[in-house]
Formats: sequence, C-alpha cells, structure tokens
Amino acid sequence: MPVVRVARRERVRLRRHTHLIRPDLSASDAIWGEYLFFRDNPKGVHLERWRHAYGCGQWFNVARHTVTHEVLSVYAMTDAPPAHS
Amino acid sequence: MKYSALALLRGALSAHRNWVPAWRSPEPKPAYDVVIVGGGGHGLAAAYYLARNHGVRNVALLERGWIGGGNTGRNTTIVRSNYLFPESARLYDFALKCYEGLSRELNFNIMLSQRGIVMLAHSRHDLDSMARWANAMRMNGIDAQILTRDEVAARAPLLDMSPDARFPVLGGFTQRRAGTARHDAVAWGYARAADALGVDIIQNCEVTGFLSGAGGRVVGVETSRGRIRAERIGIAAAGHSSVLAKLAGFRLPVVSYALQAMVTEPLKPALDTVVSSPGTGAYVSQSDKGEMVIGAGLDLFPSYAQRGSFAVLQGVIAATLALFPSFSRLRMLRQWAGIVDVVHDSSPIIGPTPVPGLYINCGWGTGGFKAIPAGGWTLAHVLATGRNHELAEPFQLERFVTGRLIDEAAAAGIAH
Repeated sequence: MPVVRVARRERVRLRRHTHLIRPDLSASDAIWGEYLFFRDNPKGVHLERWRHAYGCGQWFNVARHTVTHEVLSVYAMTDAPPAHS
Repeated sequence: MKYSALALLRGALSAHRNWVPAWRSPEPKPAYDVVIVGGGGHGLAAAYYLARNHGVRNVALLERGWIGGGNTGRNTTIVRSNYLFPESARLYDFALKCYEGLSRELNFNIMLSQRGIVMLAHSRHDLDSMARWANAMRMNGIDAQILTRDEVAARAPLLDMSPDARFPVLGGFTQRRAGTARHDAVAWGYARAADALGVDIIQNCEVTGFLSGAGGRVVGVETSRGRIRAERIGIAAAGHSSVLAKLAGFRLPVVSYALQAMVTEPLKPALDTVVSSPGTGAYVSQSDKGEMVIGAGLDLFPSYAQRGSFAVLQGVIAATLALFPSFSRLRMLRQWAGIVDVVHDSSPIIGPTPVPGLYINCGWGTGGFKAIPAGGWTLAHVLATGRNHELAEPFQLERFVTGRLIDEAAAAGIAH
C-alpha cells in the first residue's frame, strides 16, 4: 500500500475517533446513542482517524497523546490498534 | 467583612491592616453533606447557591489547582444570551439576569459592563440568518435589534467599512444587554460569598477516585488530601469531565478541545462594544485595562494540553486584522487556551449521571463563562432536592438516547 509522507499539518484533516463499530440496525436506542455520541475522550493516548485531505486522499489511523500531542504511531485503517494505552 | 466605601476609608486610616482573606483555607473534614468537584465558576456558584437557596451549608468544594484557574481564567469574559432555541434562551438569559444583580448580591464588584455585542453579517445569507436569529430572540423575550450597515459602523468606527474590505460588513444585530464581566471577580465573589455561608473551599485537592456504597451509590471521594465522604457529589470540571466520569465508571458524550484566546498590549479606549464575526471566526472586545481581547475557534483535535495551535492563532489574527486594519501594529501580550467540553449539540448537561448520588454539570463547550450563574443554580437545585431544576430539564444525558437534542451549534454562531 503506497503511503505519502505528510510534512505539513494543514494537508491532513482529522476525522476524530476510530475503531467505532456500527451497531446492528435492530439495536436499542441506548446502544445507538452510545455509538453516535458517547466517547472515551481520554487524557492520554487517543486513537483517531485522519485523512490526507490535500494529497493522496488516504485515510489512516493515528495513536496520539492528547496532552503532549505526540504521534505515537501511524497505522492502516484495517490494522488492529497498537498497544500504547 | 462587608466591602464598602466606608471599609475602604477605614483601611486607608489604618494602613490597610484591616483586610482579612476573602475566604478560609480549611483542612477537609472527613464527611460533608455535599461535595462539589471543580472550583471554577460553575462549581463555586453551585456551592454558593446550595448554601443560599437551599440552606445546605455542610459543603466542600474540591479544586485540583486553584479556584478560577481553569476555563474561568481562560475565556474572553463575554456574557450574552443571544441563543436561538427557547430552552437555551431561558437558561442563558437566566444567567445574564443573575449577572445583572451579582455585584450587589455578592458584595463583590464583578465589573459587569453591558456594552452590548454586535454580530456582523458579511453576506446576504448572513443578513437573512441573523434576521431569523434576532427575531427568534425577541420571540423568546430577549432583547435583540437588527442593525443596518451604518448602525454597525457607528457602534464600531474602527471596523473596515471600505468598499474593498476583504470581509464587507453588510449589517448585523445587537444584544444590548450583552457585554463583559471580570472573570476572576466572578470566581472570587462566589468563593467569598460561599465561604461566608459555611462552604469549605479546599484547593490543591485532586479527586483520584469515587467511593462506591450499597447499590453502586457514590458515598464519597478519594482525594490527594485523603478520603472525604459525602451523601451527594456534583462534578463541574469542564474539559476534565470525562476524566472524572471514567473514575466513576461511565462515559459522557463529550470531547475535549483546546479553545484559545489572546490579548494585545493595552491601549486607550477604542472599542466600546463586543464585536463578533461568526463568518470569520473572530470576536473582539476591549478590556477595562485597555487590552484588545481576541477569541478564536477550537483546535479541532482532542486535546488536554491547555495550549492552542499556531494555525488557529494565525487564522483568527488574520480575520481580526481584516475587520480592524488599525490593530495591525498592536503587539500581542499573552495567548492561552482552555480545555473545553464540547457536546454534539453544543448544549450543556446538568443533572444526574448513571451513578446514583453523582450529578454533573458539563458540556458548556466554548461558552461556559456566560452561563456560570445558571449552571451553578441548577446544579445546586438537583444536588439539594434530587430533582432537576425546570431550566435544566431539557439538558439531560438521556437526550442522547431519545434524540431530543438542542442543536445550538449554528444558533450560537460558534465555529465548530
């Protein structure tokens, strides 16, 4: 899979949380509410999906620390989350 | 002691040795009726209204750092109630009405300055949506006045009204009762008044866990200064609400972002109203000290860092200079960010949590300062009575299950 190296912040767009599993259509309102709105919002390692908006258009996952803003790892959309947290 | 001109005079005659600290710094007791976690404006106001409105005086307010040191000390001090939906209008106007009488009530000058807010329309679409917005406010019984281009120019003469302005101003609307208040004074005024009614304000006391009793009911907190038991606990921790919720074992529909603002060096009076330009994302007022206070939009990535990114800073300064070209020679004095708790519908959450005995006031996002009296009043009500205050009834956690959201994102004109 070709991956473009991103040098500038403004070339990518954050699309927030990743690894959210869409519930079954028959799921209850409570489960849908949980899926749509409720978030871990950790102070620490946050798993999120980004897109190279002004480049190759590719989506990718990032593990980033929400206090230091350090990017701990970048991994493909289908990969399992890394063991940072 | 009561603050007055006479007290000042007495102070002057006694070399100002008559002043006492505005609140005590007591050691935490082992148990209280109510513990409030978070010593910002909302927590302090809740402590005060618990004691004043409900006679609940055996209250501790726990603050991890120092009171008013979070978002209460990191905002742009604007107060207004120009919201769209009736539920929000009621809540925010209640807060503004409290602010109008607060200096007298607290015997502490919060320096409320109702200099009005001017919302700028930069396009025909802005004009249309602002006409709707102003009319909705009037329907809700809140003052609003649609302004022509000339009326805007008269209120803020430094605005670039030239034909080739990058963001032409076509008109706008104003809420005259809006304005600014002194942020520290709001925190200190509530703290002093709460302390006088018996509330223990305990700073440098971080909550590290919640004590669980029978039926999963919360019965106290673990803190960095020991275990404190309480019958009811209220959380008012803004951007750190999710961290506390996690300690208590539940999640919130909240994401924490940095919201930044900045001030220039002080200058002589040049802008006597608050100017907000939703289209460009800039809002400006001049503090009583003379600094231009400039607010920005959110850094759109989750953060607990209390610092803003340069790209957003650059964007808001560019927008401000496009509106006010004469500000270009001002030097920036300070820049800061607060961690705000943003909810999908940009409306707060005030009420019970999934944990019995534990109540929360959060989700004010980018606009918590203006709502401090209402947030405190309604949190105090639910803590004292176990029932939601009428104003807070629409703002419950369950709306994220029922879908009855109060989507103020567009109405408040805030950029996120």
